[in-house]
Amino acid sequence: MEVACRKEKNTVIVSVKGRMDAVCTTNFEMILDEQIASGETRFIIDFGGLEYISSAGLQCILTTAKKLEPRQGDLVLAALKGTVKEVFEISGFNSIFTISESVDSALAVA
Amino acid sequence: MSKITLPARIENLRRLVQFVSGCARHQGYSESRTNEIELAAEEALVNICRYAYPGGEGDIALRCRRSGRDRIIIEIEDSGIPFDPLSASEPDLRPDIARRAAGGLGIFLIRKMVNEVHYRRDVNKNILTFIVSPERRPLDARKEHARSTQGRKSA
Repeated sequence: MEVACRKEKNTVIVSVKGRMDAVCTTNFEMILDEQIASGETRFIIDFGGLEYISSAGLQCILTTAKKLEPRQGDLVLAALKGTVKEVFEISGFNSIFTISESVDSALAVA
Repeated sequence: MSKITLPARIENLRRLVQFVSGCARHQGYSESRTNEIELAAEEALVNICRYAYPGGEGDIALRCRRSGRDRIIIEIEDSGIPFDPLSASEPDLRPDIARRAAGGLGIFLIRKMVNEVHYRRDVNKNILTFIVSPERRPLDARKEHARSTQGRKSA
């Protein structure tokens, strides 16, 4: 999985590509932890390039959200598609997170 | 029938999952259906890597074979401590970030992604069997429950 971060309008946009499985979630968590430690609280995760996610990936997103909550942070999940979108719906994760059609529409309300 | 046996370690996860997706593709399953089956396989395999052999090492054996016109039977076997994943309680699906527990989603996702799932303990082995079709079955909670209860009795 590739993880890339960029910043727009006080929001960190984290683009993930490839597979978010039990092998690679540590990398994602480390990068997000660094961002949170440096004071960032507003995040958009761009799932546009993500082909696959398992429960390990979901748990990783949940862990990040829990870290942001006491900091009054904001986590928006954008551009979910295919099986990834399906997994979010089945697990009910689409109802606990703010989901946006695209990064642009997430930024528009950021 | 094709099979693969590897040590139950997370670093072997990709190879094991690829073996399962290879079987699905070989049968002409769509990419999205293959993805769903990969997900179910990963959830079961990760559980074995993490919990089947506490303080020791052991193997995971995977077997895939076709059944009937287009179904695939996938058997996931370990020689670890007895564990019936189908006996796990429903996960926490509350729509609340702060209170929602992080674990327990694996078996829930398996049930949603495969057409049938059965567990049996065979002498000193745990054997989890997935039966999959080219299409994910429309969900019917009642039938699913009956099946899993039956599976436990015969285990």
